[in-house]
Amino acid sequence: MPPFERFYEAHREEIFAFLVRRLGRNRAEDAFQETFLRALRSYGRLNHGRALRAWVYTIAGRVSIDELRRTRPYTAPPDWLEAVDEGRPPYAEIEHLTSRLPPTERAAVVLRYGYDLDYTDIGAALGSSPEAARQAASAGVRRLRRKELQ
Amino acid sequence: MTMPSTLDERFRATAAAEGLLDVAYDLVDSPLGTLFVAATERGLCRISFDPEPELEEERLARGFGARVLRSPRALDDARRELADYFEGDRHSFELDLDLRPLAEFNRAVLAQLARVPYGQTTTYGTLAARSGKPRAARAVGTVMNRNPIPIVLPCHRVVGSTGKLVGYGGGLDRKESLLRLEGALWGG
Repeated sequence: MPPFERFYEAHREEIFAFLVRRLGRNRAEDAFQETFLRALRSYGRLNHGRALRAWVYTIAGRVSIDELRRTRPYTAPPDWLEAVDEGRPPYAEIEHLTSRLPPTERAAVVLRYGYDLDYTDIGAALGSSPEAARQAASAGVRRLRRKELQ
Repeated sequence: MTMPSTLDERFRATAAAEGLLDVAYDLVDSPLGTLFVAATERGLCRISFDPEPELEEERLARGFGARVLRSPRALDDARRELADYFEGDRHSFELDLDLRPLAEFNRAVLAQLARVPYGQTTTYGTLAARSGKPRAARAVGTVMNRNPIPIVLPCHRVVGSTGKLVGYGGGLDRKESLLRLEGALWGG
């Protein structure tokens, strides 16, 4: 594990920019604080330092969803998600449903439909282009549909 | 958009205040140059001269845990006591120390070192004898050289058996400056 300072220095600017895009300047500051405090709380329990960037984007996505939930309803979930337990937020349900997808597709699907991120942000989180993120998400959705039909 | 520095400061302060850090550190100006100063919840754990923060962070992460963050406010007490010391207003430190990663012998020697009074010197041999190992003067020299908290643990007060200053991790000129500050060294 890299020292937290290295991790924080490497990602604070892009996470702040991401939260500003998601929430606007005013709400981004509290969400930034909450994102890195949550990261810090679990940092000592991580087993390795791989994929930390995608990990912190996932936390920031979760924090911004929590923030948005207070002010606006969810975007309608895609058809394959219609039967989900209404007591749980979409991202919690999707994380479970997508557990057997390849990692990149899973991340793209979760960030798109669980956190309502756009493909620019998902591409940033995955270290790929927006187009590659879109392709990964639709490949994941196709795979989930096929599974459903089986 | 660049994040505001106030937000960065707020996060660093909150992280320490909520007890989420294994180690908090800061860079502190002193008459001997910039010092890297670090503390855990239990106490001060590191002071280094000519710091290379990234190397220090790695070492601290290995010794105490990966949640290492620069957090100036968490070092307020240490900064204040060091400033008083360099002003000549403080002759002993009240800061708690955290020496957990060290071997038992090193801790025993450093405990004896901590008892050497301000403005006085002792020798490696004397310190070895006080630590219960009278033949271990050379090993005591190694412990001094690896002292994680110089200044506060006053390895600058340890001199060769002839009274010569000999080595110092931070450089002999700094050892001389500290002894001069404490009035243990006269003349030029």
